[in-house]
Amino acid sequence: MTPAPLTPAIHARDLVFAWPGKPRLLDIPEFRLEAGERVFLRGPSGSGKSTLLGLLGGVLTPRAGSITLAGTDLTALGAGARDRFRGDHLGFIFQMFNLIPYLGVLENVTLPARFSAARAARIPGGDVVAEARRLLAALGLGERDIESRPVTELSMGQQQRVAAARALLGRPTILIADEPTSALDTDARGDFLELLMRECRAQSASLLFVSHDVALGSLFDRVVSLADLRRPTEAAA
Amino acid sequence: MSTFALAWRSLGNRRGTALLTIAAIAVSVALLLGVQKMRTAARESFANTVSGVDLIVGARSGQLNLLLYSVFRVGDATANVSWSSYQKIAHHPDVEWTIPISLGDSHRGFRVLGTNNDYYAHYRHAGGRALGFAAGRGFEDLYDVVLGADVARELGYQLGSRVIVAHGLGDVSFTLHKDQPFRVVGILAPTGTPVDRTVHVPLEAITAIHLDWQGGTRAIGDVRNRDLTPDAITAFMVGMRSKVMTFTMQRAINEYRGEPLLAILPGVALTQLWGLVGIADTALMVIAAFVVFAGLLGMLTAILTSLNERRREMAILRSVGARPRHVFTLLIAEAGILAASGVLAGIALCYGLLIAAAPLLERRYGLVLPLTGLAPGDIALLAAIVFAGLAMGSIPAWRAYRNTLSDGLTLRI
Repeated sequence: MTPAPLTPAIHARDLVFAWPGKPRLLDIPEFRLEAGERVFLRGPSGSGKSTLLGLLGGVLTPRAGSITLAGTDLTALGAGARDRFRGDHLGFIFQMFNLIPYLGVLENVTLPARFSAARAARIPGGDVVAEARRLLAALGLGERDIESRPVTELSMGQQQRVAAARALLGRPTILIADEPTSALDTDARGDFLELLMRECRAQSASLLFVSHDVALGSLFDRVVSLADLRRPTEAAA
Repeated sequence: MSTFALAWRSLGNRRGTALLTIAAIAVSVALLLGVQKMRTAARESFANTVSGVDLIVGARSGQLNLLLYSVFRVGDATANVSWSSYQKIAHHPDVEWTIPISLGDSHRGFRVLGTNNDYYAHYRHAGGRALGFAAGRGFEDLYDVVLGADVARELGYQLGSRVIVAHGLGDVSFTLHKDQPFRVVGILAPTGTPVDRTVHVPLEAITAIHLDWQGGTRAIGDVRNRDLTPDAITAFMVGMRSKVMTFTMQRAINEYRGEPLLAILPGVALTQLWGLVGIADTALMVIAAFVVFAGLLGMLTAILTSLNERRREMAILRSVGARPRHVFTLLIAEAGILAASGVLAGIALCYGLLIAAAPLLERRYGLVLPLTGLAPGDIALLAAIVFAGLAMGSIPAWRAYRNTLSDGLTLRI
C-alpha cells in the first residue's frame, strides 16, 4: 500500500447506518475528502445527507464501519471526546438561521473559541475578537456598524456570512456546509460562494459542500453524488 | 462561567417572561419571608405579654386557666385568694414586690381590673418594657381610672371623662353601678398586650362598688370613711428579690396550708399556651410554602414552553462544540438565575413592605417588627428555595439534554 502524501481530511470505510427499527439508510463502502480539497456533495433531501453530516460531526454513531477525520478514528472515541473533536476540528454552516439570536455578531463569530481551547489557541496572536473582525472583513462584512446590529436584523446573505466567519474561526481542519446558499438569491449566492472558497483556500481548510443545486458544482475540485457513494448491490435491491 | 454568561444572555432575550417569572417567585418569597418574620415577632410578642414577673399566684386551678384570666383577661377565676394569704406572701422577706389583681367587672365590654400603683411600677412587657403613660398619671383618688390604649381609642375617652363601671361582664350589664362615677386620670401607651383592652381602677374602688350590694339595697353615706380593704383578690403577681428563690417560693405557695393556692412561672405557661395557639401560624407557613412552590412551578412552565423554540439554538451550540452537558448546565443555570433573582427580589420586597408597614403594625396592633437581618433559619429557607429551583430546572434541562441527543446537528425550525 502506497502511503498517501497527506492524511485525508475525511476517510469513511464500510459505513453503515440505520435508525432503530428502520431499514438501512446509508451503506457507503468508501468516501474520501483529501486535505485542502473542496468537494461538492449532491443529494436530494431525504437521501440521508443530514444523517451523513451527523455521522461526520460525531453526533451519530454508525452501525458498522469507521470514520477517520484528519487521522483520528471517530468511532473509537467516546461521545464526549467526539464533541471535543468536533469543536476543535470542524466548522459548520447550515441552510439558514445559523446564529444565536440573543448574541451579537462578534459573540456569534467567537462562539467556537468559547467551547474549544484548541480553536482559540490557533488564532494568531490569541486575539479572538481581532480574528473575528478579520474574517468578517474577508467575507465582505467590513463595516463596523454591522457589529452593533442585532443578528436578527441582518439580511439572509449577511447572516450566512457571519455563520461562515464563525465556522472558519480558529482554522478548523474541515468545513461542512449544508445547503448554505439555498436561502440566498442568485447574486448573493455567487458572492458568498466566492468569498467562502477564497477563505477556505487561505486557511487550507477542506470543504465539504452539500447541496442539491448542481449548477454550483463547477466551482469545486470534485462533484460527488450521494447515490454513487452507496454500495451498488444495495442500490439494486 | 461561559455557560452562565450564555444563560444570562438567553434570559435577557426573553426578558418579558423572565421578569414575570422572577416577579412571581419574588412575591411568593416575600410572602414566605413575611410570614416567617411575623410568626417570629408574634411568638416573641406573645412570650413578652408579661415579663419581669417571676410568679403569678391564684386560687388552685390549672396553670393555663390562671394565665388566661390573670394575663389575657379570658375566662374567670373559680375562686379567690384571701387578703390574709396575699398579705402573708407579700410580706415574705424574699418577695420584693407584688401586684394585686381583682377582676370581675366590666365597662362597655372591656374588663375592669382592680390593682394599685405597683402595677405601673413593676409590670413589664415586650422584654422588659415598662407601662408608659400616653397621658395623665396613676391612681391618686379612690375613683381614678386608668385606661388601656385600645379602650381610650375605641370609646373616645379623654382625661377627665366620666366612666360608669358595671358589675358583671356583659356589654350592657343588668346591674349598672350608676352611682359611682369614675374619672379618667391616665391613658396608657399601646403595648400590643391585653393591657390595652383593660380598664384599671384602684383595688379599693372594687370593694366600694360592691359594698353592701348583697342586700339589694345600698347604704347611703360616704364610702370613703369605711374600711375598703378587700376580703379577697383574684390573683397577684410576684417579683422576687433573688431569681434563684423563685422555685423555692413556687413550691412553698403550692404547698401552702392556709388555702389551696397555685403559683405558676409565666414564661413556662406562655410557652405551653403558644404550643396551642401556635398551630395557626404553622398552617400559615405551610400555605406560604405552597405559594412558593406555585411560583417555582410557574418558572418550570416558562422554561419548558421555551424549550421547543430553542431546539435550533441548542443544535447551533452543539455544532460549535457544546456537549449535551453544556446544554444541561445552560438550562440549570437559567433556572438558578431565575430562582436566585426571585429570592433576592423577594427579600427586597419583604423588607420594603416591612419598613412601610412597621409604623402601622406597631400603632394599631402593638406588634413590633424589629428590622433585623435574615436569621440563619431564614437563610436556610431561602437557600432551600434556590435549591428547589435548581432541582426543578433539572426537568427542562433533562428534556433539552434528550432533545439535543436526538436532534444532533439537525436544525429544527
